[in-house]
Amino acid sequence: MSVGRLTADSPSLQGIGASPLRKEDWPLVRGEGTFAADFKRPGMVHAFVVRSPLAHARFTAIDRSAALAAPGVIDVFTAADLPDRGRPIPTRQFADEGSNRFLQRPLADGVVRYSGEPVAVVVAESRYLAEDGAELLRIDYEPIDVVLDLDDAVAPGAPLLQPAAGTNVAGHQVVEMGDLKKAFESADLVIKEEFRIQRHAAVPLETRGLLAEFDSEKESLTVWGAAKIPHVNRAILARLLGWSDETRVRMVELHVGGGFGARGEFYPEDYLIPYAAIRTGRPVAWAEDREENLRATNHSREQVHRVELALRRDGTFLGLRDSLLNNTGAYVRTHGMTVPGLSVSMLPGPYKWPAYRGEFRSVVTNKTPGGTYRSPGRFEINFVRERVIDMAAHRLGIDPIELRRRNLIARDSFPHNVGTLYDGHPVIYDSGDYELLLDKALKAFDYEGMKRWRNATTARGVKRGIGVGYFVEKAGPAEREYARVELSATGDVMVYTGSASVGQGVETIFAQVCASHLGIPYGRITVVHGDTAVIPEGMGAFGSRAAMLGGAAVMLASQQIKSKLLEKAAHVLEAEPDDLVLGAEGVSVLGAPARTVRLADLLADQGGVMVEEHRFVCDLLGFPYGIHFAAVEVDTASGAVRIDRFAVAYDIGRCINPVLVRGQISGGFAQGLGGAMLEEFRYDATGQPLSASFMDYLIPTAEEVLDLEVLITEDAPSPLNPLGVKGAGEGGTAAVGAALANAVSDALGCEITQLPLTPQRVKEAASA
Amino acid sequence: MKPAQFEYDDPTTEGEALDLLATYGDECKVLAGGQSLVPLMNFRLARPARLIDLNRVSSLAGIRTDSGRLVIGAMTRHADVEHSAEVAGGWPLLSEAIGWVGHSQIRNRGTVGGSVAHADPAAELPAAFAALDATFHVRSKRGSRALGWDQFFISEFTTGLAADELVIAVEVPAQAPGRGAAFVEFARRHGDFALGGAAVTVTLDASDRCESATIALLSAGPRPVRPEAAEKMLAGSLLKEDAIKSAADEAVKGLHPTSDMHGGSEYRIGLLRVMTERALTKAVARARRSA
Repeated sequence: MSVGRLTADSPSLQGIGASPLRKEDWPLVRGEGTFAADFKRPGMVHAFVVRSPLAHARFTAIDRSAALAAPGVIDVFTAADLPDRGRPIPTRQFADEGSNRFLQRPLADGVVRYSGEPVAVVVAESRYLAEDGAELLRIDYEPIDVVLDLDDAVAPGAPLLQPAAGTNVAGHQVVEMGDLKKAFESADLVIKEEFRIQRHAAVPLETRGLLAEFDSEKESLTVWGAAKIPHVNRAILARLLGWSDETRVRMVELHVGGGFGARGEFYPEDYLIPYAAIRTGRPVAWAEDREENLRATNHSREQVHRVELALRRDGTFLGLRDSLLNNTGAYVRTHGMTVPGLSVSMLPGPYKWPAYRGEFRSVVTNKTPGGTYRSPGRFEINFVRERVIDMAAHRLGIDPIELRRRNLIARDSFPHNVGTLYDGHPVIYDSGDYELLLDKALKAFDYEGMKRWRNATTARGVKRGIGVGYFVEKAGPAEREYARVELSATGDVMVYTGSASVGQGVETIFAQVCASHLGIPYGRITVVHGDTAVIPEGMGAFGSRAAMLGGAAVMLASQQIKSKLLEKAAHVLEAEPDDLVLGAEGVSVLGAPARTVRLADLLADQGGVMVEEHRFVCDLLGFPYGIHFAAVEVDTASGAVRIDRFAVAYDIGRCINPVLVRGQISGGFAQGLGGAMLEEFRYDATGQPLSASFMDYLIPTAEEVLDLEVLITEDAPSPLNPLGVKGAGEGGTAAVGAALANAVSDALGCEITQLPLTPQRVKEAASA
Repeated sequence: MKPAQFEYDDPTTEGEALDLLATYGDECKVLAGGQSLVPLMNFRLARPARLIDLNRVSSLAGIRTDSGRLVIGAMTRHADVEHSAEVAGGWPLLSEAIGWVGHSQIRNRGTVGGSVAHADPAAELPAAFAALDATFHVRSKRGSRALGWDQFFISEFTTGLAADELVIAVEVPAQAPGRGAAFVEFARRHGDFALGGAAVTVTLDASDRCESATIALLSAGPRPVRPEAAEKMLAGSLLKEDAIKSAADEAVKGLHPTSDMHGGSEYRIGLLRVMTERALTKAVARARRSA
């Protein structure tokens, strides 16, 4: 497949490589956005999900008589009212054989397994009245012993979340390649360490929200507030409702205030709210509040790793061995084993390894269930791998950059088969030049200057350090994506995509791709997404896949239109198609603009519109790669870490819109920063969440997020799609923990093994 | 996260407000800026039967000086104190402290009276007022009282206010020439409640010795802590580095700050010591500049 550059577009086209004003922004900057909680329907009522106050308890009957009698309350239902007492929500990715024993049902039925688990739904005329009614529910809970920590969950005699399963291990996998025994026997140095990454989460600013309406005449359901994967969720909802025809469900996206992996997955409420609409015959709205969001929406990242790195004295990596425990919370949700699966399959990173073994056990505990969060599984392993490499560098007396350079996968060995499997697929790095990016980044970010800054004299009690994290990201796939392009006689273009918008700018970049490949200016192109009534199929937006698959589908559908149109025009103009140029007014002969045929004339015999569809298929992942650099100053008396500089170099194959890519990297960095420094879900000994509001769950604010230095390169286009793109959504997050932990370790002359870098932890490291 | 049902009154005069307080007492809560009370109500952690909203009682807002003393009306917004040239000129400790209160949106709504009546031991203003030996003017239908800071701040979220009493104003004495002050705190993010902080004043005599010093610590105990032994150690000293260090060591003796997920008690004691040292160092430098 050709991935060569296009001939230069005319600037007025605003095609690939330009940064036009985002199509999405006009309503948003005028305050006209419609997020889930803004959307209204006549006669709508409000649902409140009653949640367990305890982390692990049995309960019998729920007495709802007082609640039903409360002012404004329309309905109250519990698991006993649901068909089959509520069918389990299936995994949609990386299902492990054993996972099905740990699936969540929409409402707890006799046992609650985390604080925040839905136990009942109250529907009332207002949210206020629903909450008042909920207070009148009588539920007698009988507490059961909780299990919270990873090692406790796998210890003999641990309280079991599903006694019938006989274990808390919901999934287990080993990936292995090379002769590990030999690697460790021949090593000059083995570094063995335990690393911990804290539980944190995506926490999108817009919490989840839905409005569902049932049409009893047509027996169909419309759900507004869908996000990320509307078509996939349509199928899941139909299945849970027992409807064989999924087109009876229509899912509609509204504006989405951030997804990051968490928003848009199928949660209990994604069944309960539509079900409430069917039950009550009223449109039912539900908007998660922040108190719910922090207990109900997927958590992520909590892992402990026991890792061993074997090296030769000259720094050559011989082998890497890791055993990790992943805390998936009380149930296995839609992502199945995706997070730990990505961890073990991508731990090798950008380096050559003669031998590698990665093993995960994903365990259930009495905490909020987990799922993916931007750079899932990788934020964690980049911290582990890049930290243990720095430890080796310190022991061997080799510069950390030099040690990495010696072990990078060589530019002539792509595609590079890592030898690991992810969800049954081989991990094959599609393209790369890892040393080139390193060289470019060292220069662009003035690494020598960074080193001088580090070594300069500082005030008493202030220590400086620098750190890097080299990482390989992944992008795509979910094998296929749909696009339909419609060119009308007026020169206006409609693009329909199966990809979803979670705020990342798909309308903008798909219009740019279409502009480049059709020759019609950006301003004439409208992109439609996120309505299953209008778009027949789609896989959505996750895993940095939209540009790779959705973009490629738009490109190829656009090309189909263009070539058919030019062929048609070639007849009319008696010229070769290659000598023709398509524009919004029509098709003309290159160099002879007078010889033009209008679009209206060309399309007259087909109703004034030309329509082409394309389903782009690709079952391999793309692998962008990057490096994070951090320069920090530590106040050893307080443990405060001031980040002086943070820089990200990222090769994404091809950049469709530099401003949006920069935005993706900057936003990703802010979230990585939260994970590295601030954000943490902690629980008390009974499983009560301690980070239950934004008072204690600390997301970074404008005060904490510094200006990021960014280098975007296009040295390794992906051979897997005709655009050559790899997806750019997650590289800003991937190694923030790694680079900052390395920088703080460098400053203090210690070895950080745990995130986040809280002031107390840093101060203790400084005093050790 | 919607509040439970409550009744609501919005009096326009102090007299009406005091009448309502006299009638409802414990059943009602006074709504000032709402920056603490409203979230508590949304979480249903506070469920007052009635709110007395003071936002229309204009006589309670305003900053004035009275024979050299600063008088801040209870309904004065944080932002108005923050931007007051009078405060910055005569009581710079207050200006400095208030910059640490939340974010500008919070300071636009939050009030001085609301902050002190809420009596959060991690809040900036109570500590600053304690360091400045402020007087709290409170009133009910029964009459008026003036409380010193240690009569006003009793414990966590507990003041010396009776159920029918309202904070009317906070009065701060005139600051002596040769006085330097500083407010220093440490939080995990800017705008969060401090893990530890110190508000201090240092007054120099003609021979550059310390005539007197005040130290008030926040997040150090159930209310602002004034470590008198440390203050006394400084009096008469030349305020050299060693003296400041010793005073900071003394200031945190016997403290038992509460551990939480953001910092353990030991860590917080260390932090309070460092904050005290840094605040004193700053205040001494400022005092010398002004002398």
